[in-house]
Amino acid sequence: MTNKTLTDFEKQIAELEKLIDNLKQKALDTGVNTSEALEELQKKRDDLLKEFFSNLDAWDNAILARHQKRPYTLDYVRNIFDEFIELHGDRLFADDHAMVCGIGNIEDKQVAFIGQQKGRDLKERQYRNFGSAKPEGYRKAMRVMHLAEKFHKPIVCFVDTPAADCSVGAEERGISEAIARNMMDMMSLKVPVIAIVIGEGGSGGAIGIAVANKVAMLEHSIYSVIPPEGCAAILWRDPSKAKEAATALKINAESAKELGVIDDIIKESLGGAHRNADETAENIKEYILKCIEELSPKTGDELAKERYDKFRNFGKYIEN
Amino acid sequence: MAWFNIENKKVKNAAQNLPDGIWTKCPGCNEILFNKDLEKTLKVCPKCGYHFKLTFQERINIFFDENTWEENNTNLETGNPLDFPEYDIKIKKGILKSGLKDSVVTGHGKVRGHLVSCAISDFNFMGGSMGSVAGEKIVRTIEYGIENKLPVIIFTASGGARMQEGILSLMQMAKTSGAVLKMNEAGLPFIIIMTDPTTAGVHASYASLGDVIFAEPGALIGFAGARVSAQAGVGNTSKPDDFQKPSFQLSHGLIDGIVHRKDLRKVVAKFISFAMEGEK
Ligand SMILES: [Zn+2]
Repeated sequence: MTNKTLTDFEKQIAELEKLIDNLKQKALDTGVNTSEALEELQKKRDDLLKEFFSNLDAWDNAILARHQKRPYTLDYVRNIFDEFIELHGDRLFADDHAMVCGIGNIEDKQVAFIGQQKGRDLKERQYRNFGSAKPEGYRKAMRVMHLAEKFHKPIVCFVDTPAADCSVGAEERGISEAIARNMMDMMSLKVPVIAIVIGEGGSGGAIGIAVANKVAMLEHSIYSVIPPEGCAAILWRDPSKAKEAATALKINAESAKELGVIDDIIKESLGGAHRNADETAENIKEYILKCIEELSPKTGDELAKERYDKFRNFGKYIEN
Repeated sequence: MAWFNIENKKVKNAAQNLPDGIWTKCPGCNEILFNKDLEKTLKVCPKCGYHFKLTFQERINIFFDENTWEENNTNLETGNPLDFPEYDIKIKKGILKSGLKDSVVTGHGKVRGHLVSCAISDFNFMGGSMGSVAGEKIVRTIEYGIENKLPVIIFTASGGARMQEGILSLMQMAKTSGAVLKMNEAGLPFIIIMTDPTTAGVHASYASLGDVIFAEPGALIGFAGARVSAQAGVGNTSKPDDFQKPSFQLSHGLIDGIVHRKDLRKVVAKFISFAMEGEK
């Protein structure tokens, strides 16, 4: 493990990239051949990235998963889907901007998508409620999933939420019921369901749209029963011990795979998804297509049964 | 690192919500109550109606027809699948405090003559939290009900999913919610009694999926536990006086009723007869 924090490291990389840009500009402005120096700097940058990223701990992944430049659900949807349209509203109360749903094409496959959506700047963050969906968001998601089932189309869920909304209003409208019902109803869906944790897989807010035949995590995403800060606050009365909590909770993708709760890990671009969103989107797209190909030949009953059996067996205990 | 060290705190002797001694001060009205009197009133304050928490054994004694309860799934024990710091000692403390191997007791017994499959969570074992064992036992209780065509009743008392089993605990939410689907497919009644407290991962899974949901008076019920709310800043916004209380749940349409402990058997038996008797 290196002592440098991810944030410091990214500053160092940013300085290198500034030099690289300057060199490129110099070449344009003066016609001087800078390609050798340029190659050297680029190699240095990539080597540094490779080295640093081969030693990430769980907390580094939490920082990456919450990175302010990290691609969000709609970034991937725009990149991966053709002719997509958003579908709004739960038909009961409101349209939740923290949960986006719609339909679109991935190559020749017609697919429904669901996902939590975070905002980039302060205004959008508030508009998206920081990616924390309310009951109406979960109910909209379930409505669109039932729509996909009615028309025999696969469902892709993008998970990216710090937690479900826990405001007074969310409690009044039954946030617990909405999440619980989603998990139950998703068990019965007779179409392929694929869930991908692309950033933060925050507790009940995440699993409320992640009961799927195939569950994957992006390489640097996190999936956790409680935010590391919350865990540290409760167990050690000290939120600053979040790094220790992240390690103890095993919130990173590799640990989730070892514990058997996810099927696959999807590679991100070197240095994290935000450094090359297109490349990461391409990996996601390939993964979705591979899953659809594998799941499509199965009958609806088989899909529901396999999904149920998979979740039925989660847990580790001693039986005497 | 310091926090890996095992705590040296004293473990409390017995599985009791009532302090040792002959009297108890009611948290509801500050009245001094004799423990012997409290036992006669099912641990409900005769003056203000405050419902004290029950141990699993007290619940069994109060709820089931005499000598009809039989425990099952006693062979399941909790390991430490994540090697989570201090978890082993917390399990040991929970065992000492509750007399249980984990937070959920399961079995079958009769309520006014109706045989039911039942799970009871006991707050004395790590706050009734749900890890792998609790999740598995809830599912097996439901499966036992389906195999034997019995109603299933669950008494919830839980702060939520158990942190120390990380993502495995989160998966118990989906696992237990899925089992309720099988109950629905089998056309059997699934009855939830929310006792103090029913929050977070348990509230946001099987507890909210009952065909009928009844709450004991005074129970704290909600998605966000108190500390999580504080962290998320919910504490800063104005909350109604009865926020996360049964009257709040009832007025927002989230539960079927608030039922006094002395009336639970009657209400549950009525629903079972509605669900199980007559033309199918
Ligand atoms: Zn009282």
